[in-house]
Amino acid sequence: MNYIGEHLLPGQIGHFLGILSLIASLVATIAYFKASRLQLSPDQASWIRLARVAFLIESFCVVIGFAILYYLISNHMFEYKYVFTHSDKSLQTEYLFACFWEGMEGSFMLWSFWHCVLGWILIWKAKEWEAGVMTVISFAQFCIATMLLGIYVFDVKIGIGPFILSRTEGFFDMAPIFKDINTGALRQDYLTLLKDGTGLNVLLQNYWMVIHPPVLFLGFASTIVPFAYAFAGLMKKDHSWTKPALPWASFSAAVLGLGVMMGAAWAYESLSFGGYWAWDPVENASLVPWLTLVAGIHTNLIYRNSGYSLRTTYLFYIVSFVLVLYSTFLTKSGILGDTSVHSFTDLGMNFQLILFVLVFLIPALFLYIKNYKSIPAIQKEESTYSREFWIFIGSLVLFLAGIVIIAKTSTPVFNKVFGSKIAPPEDAEFSYNQIQIFVAVVIGLLTAVTQYFKYKDTAKEYFGKKILVPTVIAVVISLCISVFGNINYDKKGPGYLFAIHLAIFAAVYSVVANAAYIWLGLKGKIKAAGASVAHVGFGLVLVGILISSSKKTVLSWNTTGVSVLQAAEKGSKNPAGDPAENITLFKRMPTDMGKFMVTYEKDTLNPADRKRYFEINFKAKDGKETFSLYPDVIKQNKGGEGFSANPAAQHYWYKDIFVYITSFQENNREDTASFHSREAKVGDTLYYGNGFIVLNKVEKNPEALKSKYSDDETAVFLDMSVITKDGRRYAVKPGIALKGADQLRNLPDTVVSQSLVIQFNKVADSVNGTLEIGIKESGAITDLITLKVYEFPMINILWLGVVVMVIGFAMSVYQRIKSLKRGDLRVS
Amino acid sequence: MKKTHIILLVCIAAAIVVLISYTGDLTTYETIASARQKEGKFVNLIVKMDKGQPLEYDAVKNPNYMSFTAVDSLGNNIKVVYHNNKPTDMEKSERLVLKGRVQGDHFECKDILLKCPSKYKDDPKAAQKNLQQSTS
Repeated sequence: MNYIGEHLLPGQIGHFLGILSLIASLVATIAYFKASRLQLSPDQASWIRLARVAFLIESFCVVIGFAILYYLISNHMFEYKYVFTHSDKSLQTEYLFACFWEGMEGSFMLWSFWHCVLGWILIWKAKEWEAGVMTVISFAQFCIATMLLGIYVFDVKIGIGPFILSRTEGFFDMAPIFKDINTGALRQDYLTLLKDGTGLNVLLQNYWMVIHPPVLFLGFASTIVPFAYAFAGLMKKDHSWTKPALPWASFSAAVLGLGVMMGAAWAYESLSFGGYWAWDPVENASLVPWLTLVAGIHTNLIYRNSGYSLRTTYLFYIVSFVLVLYSTFLTKSGILGDTSVHSFTDLGMNFQLILFVLVFLIPALFLYIKNYKSIPAIQKEESTYSREFWIFIGSLVLFLAGIVIIAKTSTPVFNKVFGSKIAPPEDAEFSYNQIQIFVAVVIGLLTAVTQYFKYKDTAKEYFGKKILVPTVIAVVISLCISVFGNINYDKKGPGYLFAIHLAIFAAVYSVVANAAYIWLGLKGKIKAAGASVAHVGFGLVLVGILISSSKKTVLSWNTTGVSVLQAAEKGSKNPAGDPAENITLFKRMPTDMGKFMVTYEKDTLNPADRKRYFEINFKAKDGKETFSLYPDVIKQNKGGEGFSANPAAQHYWYKDIFVYITSFQENNREDTASFHSREAKVGDTLYYGNGFIVLNKVEKNPEALKSKYSDDETAVFLDMSVITKDGRRYAVKPGIALKGADQLRNLPDTVVSQSLVIQFNKVADSVNGTLEIGIKESGAITDLITLKVYEFPMINILWLGVVVMVIGFAMSVYQRIKSLKRGDLRVS
Repeated sequence: MKKTHIILLVCIAAAIVVLISYTGDLTTYETIASARQKEGKFVNLIVKMDKGQPLEYDAVKNPNYMSFTAVDSLGNNIKVVYHNNKPTDMEKSERLVLKGRVQGDHFECKDILLKCPSKYKDDPKAAQKNLQQSTS
């Protein structure tokens, strides 16, 4: 049956390309494998030629497939399931890419695309290692191609196709509107009824979603290169791969690290998680391969310079890539459903995802164990005064820290396998922090001192002399931070606070010592300072994390106005242990919040990005500064009510003030109430619905209210106090202004949070001083928002550290590539 | 014994100690009935919101107080008190993971994880539900 308006051709081409890429990558794998077995044989060249042609076809399929999917999304072809479920017509153009990688299919395509790019660089540069390394990469491409197949083989679904049609997936079964009344089949013109897609999750409608996934996936994809070199080395029993693999591993660590921290920046800047890192399983799953990879880079360096640690280098590179595959399994299988804020569903691909891990793990492990004895290792042990010894300790600590994190993250897997019911601890973040803080101490100290050791052996006097100055500087700086920094995070006891101070010293030490090493050790040769710069960056990251986390303060403590009710009702201590962090703001009513008076001025709906921006004005009580922040909310798309909040932050060099909306209410009821007149004398009490009002005194022409009346008027104001049932007090001053004998202006006053309007009608009896007062209790509440305000000190050190670290990695990649060309061995 | 071996052993021992120490902190997933028996113990509940019962949240009165009734897959229910703002889209959520402890007659909730159908983008059922809105 033909349906009107469907565009089937692009999908058919895409599907065909998918199958072609599967075959081509298989051919490339076999041809490269053959070539790798035929070292120095004349046949090798012809196998490599065949393999390259196959890889070219494969790359062509991947790139064109990528382009077709983008074409479908940008042309809103909702007859395709992927387009229908991940995009809609209202999206801005820049978010169309975000739609692309929102789903599993798109993210696998992205991964595969990066493999192609990396593959071509390797074909160009890897020379004698091409065959072995490209065998592994082509095989990975084959595995990813099976994920994108979306066909049934003997009732077993293999992969999920990005070009599957909506109508074949049973989307319309439940919707009678699409059915032909007579036959019950799908209407021929169903597309005319399908007006729009279900859209991109609003949480993801963000520029970070456009740039973060490509970087992260390049990081993931590039971890295969050191793995592939190690694997090829095991196949060839040749360990010279450790040299060309080193710049690749550094590149991978730089990009993966950047990708992970971009995710952190995204969480901090645009998602209302209230921070940049929460030890969420999804975050952990991408951090751990980075830790093991960095450990691998360091053991690789040891091997290149001293001949030690080759076996560990193999192990670390293998584990890093397998952990990337494992993290793919964790995040895409839906197994984390109950422990992660990131929701993923089980797409019925778990078996395939497990297989993806195992097809790399088992052969690599098998070859590693089989060849373990033949991998050269030096029997004589390292000197305690050698660089390799301390680097090795550091790598080991990094590696074990990674293993501990991933073991803990894997509890849902453990539950599934053993049928247990273990859940995360009460304070999940602390359970990670209390361990990792000591890792930070050890790693900080090691990165600080290790460069001052030389390989093989170091003269004690040399070491002592060089390390002295940086140590003294670091002690002074960190003592200053400890003493004057007000770091008194005492929620977890004095032991933990001590650990924080210790870690701050270690981190500062690492920054100072590595920066100093550029002059003391390298004599200012910046070109060779990649490692030092990366270490400085890492140290800055640690400093930023330690200070911003231990000094994060909540500014929106509900201590005024509305919160009195909270205290009265629940007692001073919150039984849930969770701080009352939300403050309520009424429109245009300044509210007291610690150092600031904050006012919710107005809100505007921007039709272009469909966001509602709130203008929140901050006025420091000492009068030194005034600024406005514009946090916004975006309404959930079809199928969701409510909204998703995007924070806003006021940046200072030393801190951020960070605001996000937690709820808002709009006044849409009509104001139908009218004034009721009461009579009262000074000192009398009047009752209203939610409390009472005391008339304190009458003021004539008060100076404080000069702005409300003009010079030729005579003004009379009533000084009154509104006291609500729950004990809050508000001052109100309604008044009248008289001009001449008969011109009278009424100057009512309001208590916005009580929806109470009070006006001074007239003097009822001038003899005994009775006044007539009008009281109006409006049924409608005013516009209000609740928001949370945090202060993150020194957060910028963290971001600066990330940038410095990436620059350091880039410098050492450049330096090593140059040394590869020169062919010299040592780069330290 | 080589120095490296000793360090290796120390590190591995440290890692094991760390992993064991975790088990002390770990909590469990419970049903409402079993959580009631372990009153005061920190547990995780997987529940749904009982939409027949009122959800109490009024930002004017108190932006940090919400209460509702939760019902689990065995049909038991309990009043939940959450001292925070109401999570967006909570009514839409098909499943909630509540972290907290039973105190007297109610569950003092410390954290709520939402499993929203709108996030389940690849779930055909959710997509079917969305269809209705797409056509209007």
